[in-house]
Amino acid sequence: MSGLLGEPAAARAPSSTWRSLTRRPELVTLLLIVALSLTIGLINDRFFSVQNGVDLLRSSIRTGIFALGVLTVLAAGGIDVSFTAIGVFALYVTTKLTMSVWPDAPFALMALASLAIGLGLGLVNGLIVYRFRVPSLIVTIGTQYVYRGALLAFVGTAYITDLPRAMDAFGRATLLQTTTADGIRVSLPAAFLVLVAVALLTWYVLRRTLLGRAVYAVGGSLPIAERLGFNVGRVLLFVFGYAGLLAGLGGLVHGAMNRQANPFDLVGSELDIIAAVVLGGARVTGGTGSVPGTLLGVVLVVIINNSLILMGVPSTWQKVVIGAIILVASGIFARRSATA
Amino acid sequence: MRLPHLDPYLRFLLLANLVIVLFAALRSGGTFVGIDNLQSMATQLPELGLLALAVMLAMISGGGGIDLSVVATANLAAITAGLTSRALFSADEQATAFTLTFVAVALLVGAACGFLNGLLVSGLRFAPILATLGTLQVYTGVAIVLTSGTAVIGFGDGLTELGGGTLLGLPYPMWVFLIVAALLAFVLGRTRFGLRLYLMGTNAKAAHFAGIRTRTIVLATYTLSGLLAATSGILFAARANSAKADYGSSYLLIAILIAVMGGVNPSGGFGRVLSLVLAAVALQFVSSTMNLLSLSNFLKDFTWGLLLLLSVVLTNSTFRWWTSRPRKEVNAGT
Repeated sequence: MSGLLGEPAAARAPSSTWRSLTRRPELVTLLLIVALSLTIGLINDRFFSVQNGVDLLRSSIRTGIFALGVLTVLAAGGIDVSFTAIGVFALYVTTKLTMSVWPDAPFALMALASLAIGLGLGLVNGLIVYRFRVPSLIVTIGTQYVYRGALLAFVGTAYITDLPRAMDAFGRATLLQTTTADGIRVSLPAAFLVLVAVALLTWYVLRRTLLGRAVYAVGGSLPIAERLGFNVGRVLLFVFGYAGLLAGLGGLVHGAMNRQANPFDLVGSELDIIAAVVLGGARVTGGTGSVPGTLLGVVLVVIINNSLILMGVPSTWQKVVIGAIILVASGIFARRSATA
Repeated sequence: MRLPHLDPYLRFLLLANLVIVLFAALRSGGTFVGIDNLQSMATQLPELGLLALAVMLAMISGGGGIDLSVVATANLAAITAGLTSRALFSADEQATAFTLTFVAVALLVGAACGFLNGLLVSGLRFAPILATLGTLQVYTGVAIVLTSGTAVIGFGDGLTELGGGTLLGLPYPMWVFLIVAALLAFVLGRTRFGLRLYLMGTNAKAAHFAGIRTRTIVLATYTLSGLLAATSGILFAARANSAKADYGSSYLLIAILIAVMGGVNPSGGFGRVLSLVLAAVALQFVSSTMNLLSLSNFLKDFTWGLLLLLSVVLTNSTFRWWTSRPRKEVNAGT
C-alpha cells in the first residue's frame, strides 16, 4: 500500500540501513548466519575447519533441492507439504524398478524416471488445486497421505540397501577431496553439482522468464494476476509440477547419498524445509522469495541443526535451543513484514 | 430445536460415514457394529478430535493462522502435570487429590503454552506457522529437559478410570470430547466472542475498523487452542497411564487433516464443530474397518488421503448435482 501512495524522501532517510535490509530479506538471513557462525566459532573453533564446512555443504544438498521447489510454490502463494512423500515415492519406486528390471541402468536413466514420477505426482497436486480452487494446504495434506499410503501399502515396506550399481557409484562420487592436518579425509559429494544446477535453473526461471514473473504475480494477488491476463492454471500447474520434479530428484539424490532406499524416510521433515525457505525471506502469503535467500535459509537451518554438538549443547537441551533460534529468526522477519 | 444447516461438507461427511459403516458392517459380518468395537473406537477418537478442534480455532482466526504446537503442548501439559502431582501426592493412596491436581496443572500449562503462542502471533506479529513451529520445538524440548527423554509412568486409579471407564456404555474420553465439542460449538455459534472470531478470520482489517480488538481475540483463541490440546494430553495420559515427550508425533498432521476435512478453511473465517466431529468419526471408522479386516495400516493412510481429496472434489461448486448452492469461492493460494 505504501508503494501506491508513495512516501516522502525525508521520511525514508533516517532509517535507511534498516530499510535496505527490509527490502532485501536475504541480507537479514546472511547477518543471522554470520552472527550465529561467529558465536559458534567463539565457543568452538572447529566450526571454521574445512571438515565442518564440507559437512555443512553436504547436509545442505538434500534440503536445498527440496527447498527450491518449495520456494517456487510459496512464491505463487501456495504451500506444498506433499513433496517429501513425492521424494520418497520417486526414490523407492525408481530403485525397486531398476533393481528388478535393469540393475545396470545408467544413472541418467534412473534420474529421468525419478524426475518423471515427481513431475507426474506434482502435476496431480497442481491440477486439483486449480480445477477445484481449494487451498493447496488441504490438497497436499491429502496427496501426502495418498502418495505415502500407496507406496507403503502397494509398493513395499522393505529397505533396499542393495542399490543399482550406477546409483551406488553416484553416491560415492566426490567432487573435492582433501586430507586435513589431523589426517581426516573430507570429501564433497558430486551430488553438490545437482544442487548448483537446480539453483541456477530455478533462479533463471523465476528471474529471467515471463513464467517467473507470472509466478510472483499470481502469488502477489491471484485476482489481479488473472485480470492482467496471466494464465493462472498454467502457473499453478508449473509450480506444483516443478516442486514435484525437484522432489523426485531430491529423493533420488538423498537415497544415493545415504546408500539406501528407505520407504519410511523423509516424510515428517517437510516443516523444517518450509521453515528454511521462510527464514530465507519467502513469505507464506506469497509473492516474495528469492533463490539466494532460500539457499541462505537452508544454510542457516543446517548450521542450527548441525552445530549444537559443536556448541556443547547437552542433547536434552537441543530442541529448546533449535526452537529458540527459530523464534529469534522469525521474530526478526516478523518485524520486517510489519514495517514493509 | 433447529436442525443444523446442511452445508456441502456436512452432506459429504454424513454420506461418507454412512457408506463406510455399511461397507464395514457387511464385510465384517456385524462385528463392526458390535459394542466392543464401538467402545474401542470411542477411546481413540477423542484425543485426535480435541487436537483437531485446537487446530481449527487457530485456522478460523485467519492471517495464516495455524497451531503446529498442539501435540507438543499436549505432551508438555501431561508431563508437567504428572511430575507435579507425583511430587505432591501418592498416586494410589490419594487418587482424588492426585487426579484433580493433574487435571488442573495440565490445563494451566496448556493455557500458558497457548497464551505464549497467541502473544507471539498477535503481540510480536510472528507468522503463525513459524511461531508455532518454534514453540513446537521449545515445548517438546522443555518436556525432554524435564524428563531426560524418559516416560513419566503411573498416574493412579483416578486417571486410569478416566481413560478406561465407561458411563452409560460410552467411555469417559468420549463424554469429555462430546461435552467439550458442544461447549465449543456454543461458544463459536452463540457468543459475541465466536461472532467476532469469524469476522476477524474473514477480514481482519474490517474487523479492526469495526472496533473489534483483534489482538485480544487472537490471544484468547490461541489460549483456547492450548486448553483443548491440554485436554487431549490428559486423555492420552489417562489411557496410556504415562506421559512422554515424543508421544503422538504423527498426530499433528492427522489433526490438521481432520480439521480441513471438516471444512475448516485454512485461510480463516470458516469452520464448524459439527463437521469436524463427523470428519473425525469418518476417519476413525476407516481406521477401525481396516483393523477389523486386518488390512495394512498404510492402506488406512491411503484411504484417509483419498477421502480428503474426495471431499474436496465433491463439495466443490462445479458439481451442482451434489450441492444445491454454490460454495464460496476460495483463493487457490495458501
